Amino acid sequence: MPIERVNDFVVRFANVNGSGSASANQLFARAVLRMGVPVAPRNIFPSNIQGLPTWYEVRITEAGHLGARGGVDLMVAMNPQTWDKDVASIEPGGYLFYDSTKPLPASKFRTDVTVIGMPLTAICNREYTDPRQRQLFKNIMYVGALTALLDMDVTAVEKLIGEEFKGKDKLIAPNLKALHIGRDYALEHLTCPITLTVKRADAVRDRIYIEGNSAAALGAVYGGATVCAWYPITPSSSLAEAFTRHCARYRIDPQTGRNRYAIIQAEDELASLGIVVGAAWNGARAFTATSGPGISLMQEFLGLAYFAEIPAVLFDVQRGGPSTGMPTRTQQSDIVLAAYASHGDTKHVLLFPEDPAEAFEFGATAFDLADRLQTPIFVMIDLDIGMNHRLCRPLAWEEKRAYDRGKVMTAAELDAGKDFGRYLDVDGDGIPYRTYPGTHPTRGSFFTRGSTRDRYARYTEEGGPYVDNMQRLLRKFETAKGLVPRPVRRDADKPTRHGVIYYGSTSPAMDEAIVELGERGHRLDMLRVRAFPFHQDVADFVADHDFVFVVEQNRDAQLRMLLVNEQSLDPVRLVPVLHYDGTPITARFIVRAIAEHLDALKITPLRKVVS
Amino acid sequence: MTYIVKPKFHHPSLPVNELGFTHRDYEGSISTLCAGCGHDAISAAIIQACFELNLPPHRVAKLSGIGCSSKTPTYFLGSSHGFNSVHGRMPSVLTGANLANRDLIYLGVSGDGDTASIGLGQFAHAIRRGVNMVYIVENNGVYGLTKGQFSATADRGSKSKRGVMNNDNSVDLVAMALQVGASFVARSFSGDKAQLVPLIKAAIEHKGAAFIDCISPCVAFNNHPGSTKSFDYVREHNEAVNRLDFMAPRAPIHVDYKPGELEIVEQHDGSKLALRKLHADYDPHDKLGAMTYLQERAHAGEIVTGLLYVEPEADDLHDHLNTVEHPLNELNEKELCPGAGTLAKINASLR
Repeated sequence: MPIERVNDFVVRFANVNGSGSASANQLFARAVLRMGVPVAPRNIFPSNIQGLPTWYEVRITEAGHLGARGGVDLMVAMNPQTWDKDVASIEPGGYLFYDSTKPLPASKFRTDVTVIGMPLTAICNREYTDPRQRQLFKNIMYVGALTALLDMDVTAVEKLIGEEFKGKDKLIAPNLKALHIGRDYALEHLTCPITLTVKRADAVRDRIYIEGNSAAALGAVYGGATVCAWYPITPSSSLAEAFTRHCARYRIDPQTGRNRYAIIQAEDELASLGIVVGAAWNGARAFTATSGPGISLMQEFLGLAYFAEIPAVLFDVQRGGPSTGMPTRTQQSDIVLAAYASHGDTKHVLLFPEDPAEAFEFGATAFDLADRLQTPIFVMIDLDIGMNHRLCRPLAWEEKRAYDRGKVMTAAELDAGKDFGRYLDVDGDGIPYRTYPGTHPTRGSFFTRGSTRDRYARYTEEGGPYVDNMQRLLRKFETAKGLVPRPVRRDADKPTRHGVIYYGSTSPAMDEAIVELGERGHRLDMLRVRAFPFHQDVADFVADHDFVFVVEQNRDAQLRMLLVNEQSLDPVRLVPVLHYDGTPITARFIVRAIAEHLDALKITPLRKVVS
Repeated sequence: MTYIVKPKFHHPSLPVNELGFTHRDYEGSISTLCAGCGHDAISAAIIQACFELNLPPHRVAKLSGIGCSSKTPTYFLGSSHGFNSVHGRMPSVLTGANLANRDLIYLGVSGDGDTASIGLGQFAHAIRRGVNMVYIVENNGVYGLTKGQFSATADRGSKSKRGVMNNDNSVDLVAMALQVGASFVARSFSGDKAQLVPLIKAAIEHKGAAFIDCISPCVAFNNHPGSTKSFDYVREHNEAVNRLDFMAPRAPIHVDYKPGELEIVEQHDGSKLALRKLHADYDPHDKLGAMTYLQERAHAGEIVTGLLYVEPEADDLHDHLNTVEHPLNELNEKELCPGAGTLAKINASLR
């Protein structure tokens, strides 16, 4: 029996990298969105520019489940290389849409899915002579066919094409033509609609549709970053590129036409962070964007920035490790690396945004935190958030929000005779005052170094001043607990002895899973951790429950390690739920893992087993 | 090593410069380097240059990496902010600092290990970008702090104090600086203060990446027979191509050389370099010629010193990036934050 669903199914496009399919597929996703139905699209792509298989998955979800679901209801199979695997991945009762120009033997199909063939190549060859046009318009053509098959509002697609090619108006008519060739063929030759349909709804509301990297970069613009130094690396390159784009638009001095920012594509990640450290030392807000391999290379400067107390912001768009690992796949596997980066005793502040809206918010706040705490701040994004469009609440900014530049002693304060000790804890919060270079002709200068010094920044190798300084750094880390974003707790409708801790891109899958778990009779309180060091709320949450699942996207339960290590929590009560195959975590996975565990705990009376 | 605190009092008749500072106001704490170290002479030359240029000491930022040479910024310009960064990474830190505030003078001090070995990449890239700075390498061909290992500038065939022969080819930093686009390139010798001080002054006034390779013998580990970086060897093989006099902007030119012997080079800020040619065939504006000449003389075993190349009207990184005149570190919310209204428009465009 074919699957029957309205506004709740998964379409997957199987394409060849570099064939121009990406924009057509995005057009499809946006068209659904314009019909008021939420979508969660995901790119599944190889480390390649042309020729290798690439997939684009669109989860159509009126209920607003934005995590990956797993499984495919309608496969648009445009890549012969991956045919067998693609066909196999369709849910029983699903649909297979393919280019039927070249006949395929029956053995290539499945009997439990509905097969829809359309001779796309033949139609294109008939309509166009230019090979590039044949390729590009084939993509638009299948989008046209889908509008018919899924009973979509074709005017939404037409309008989007008009917006997309605004300014390049010559391209509008040919694209519309291709769209309608596809749609008309489907209406005439295929059974339309199929049992999967998109119906106009009002479930998108005021939400926006943005990639996490672009939102984070916009956060850096709003947060006042003026210096960006970076080295290209997937999946973070688009963050620095988005910053470049945003700055060109919002950071030009209207009088002179000159730039209120400086962006350097450095020679490597070491230099990237070196430039950030130099700029931040000199009083500019500076950041780098990188991924795990970059953080590995930055260890040396991270130790320096921690010990010499220099603000720096790092966006770590995580991918699959270790080593080169899975450069185009997602993971949350840099948690321990970032938390304890560099040799010696170090600890760093990490922020875990759940979506682009938080990537924007934390992206801006990170600069306040860096200046306030005079230390590196990591914004831990991942590929799933960073490189995919995600529906999220609108970006928000309070008009009167001022930057917190932290404790910076001015020339006037120095003239007034205020005691300046670069590493002197005057307020008891572990945070000393600093001066920017060039502040005062005779007062407030100091020597910054990665070696030990006393409270007045004078070089010393004495044990006493060293320990004094290291203890103050710990006090500062305590202060951080009250400044970083607090965890968000959501309790079940009735008291329960079980809880779940999760963070970052796991959010949408977790939100969906909790509903399903509830339907199965499993109640859990939830705590979304948004930063390290952990707020007291985290320890309290664990204390409130017999045991707590810790859901993560890495092999070694890295956040759990931090929980055990930093909060002295009993590891037995922290049950890891780990997804790390490089695909985004799904609600199905979480439900299965947690339900299995909870079912096993249900004690079945012996006589029932016997009878 | 000296560890006493330097007394602050000084002779009442000590000369003052235009800002009313004495030479002492440009000093730092007492050097902890070995007695007779060439690096201390370079520190003294930096102090002399800054004093003579009437620089407000706090408007200089001094940055270094790790090593004996990188310790020296503690020993000059005590009223300047200093940054003793990590090994070989001074160029990137300096680049960032320069981006944050284009109004300060950036003095990068490094050594041959710091620049030619671990930091070769960062050195090349900072020069390549045209960062407005003075980059001085105190070049002794040896790792001093770790007790005498060869560095990458040690000449092939030179002998270490322990008698070990260096079989590796050396990195010529001057040639490299020229190749990657430094707009001011000089080589000097710590034992020749008369040559070094005007070069440092000219480099400070130069806009763009100014590089000075300063041979600075290591008295502890590289001043023996068989070394090519010893005082004796450098004195014997030093071939100065020119002599430089530096003149501040608007200063009247008093020269007593015959025409043809002297060339006046004017830099972007109006400062003038009076170059007395010692080698008639050497032209410091001809980069290709300079590279060839350097290679030829090096082959003949000579160490060419002097102002080797200058492009008086060079661009710097800020020009390339088209940044605003005002230092970036002084911009505030008003200039940097697009505001809530713009964000509402951005949100609208994302639906």
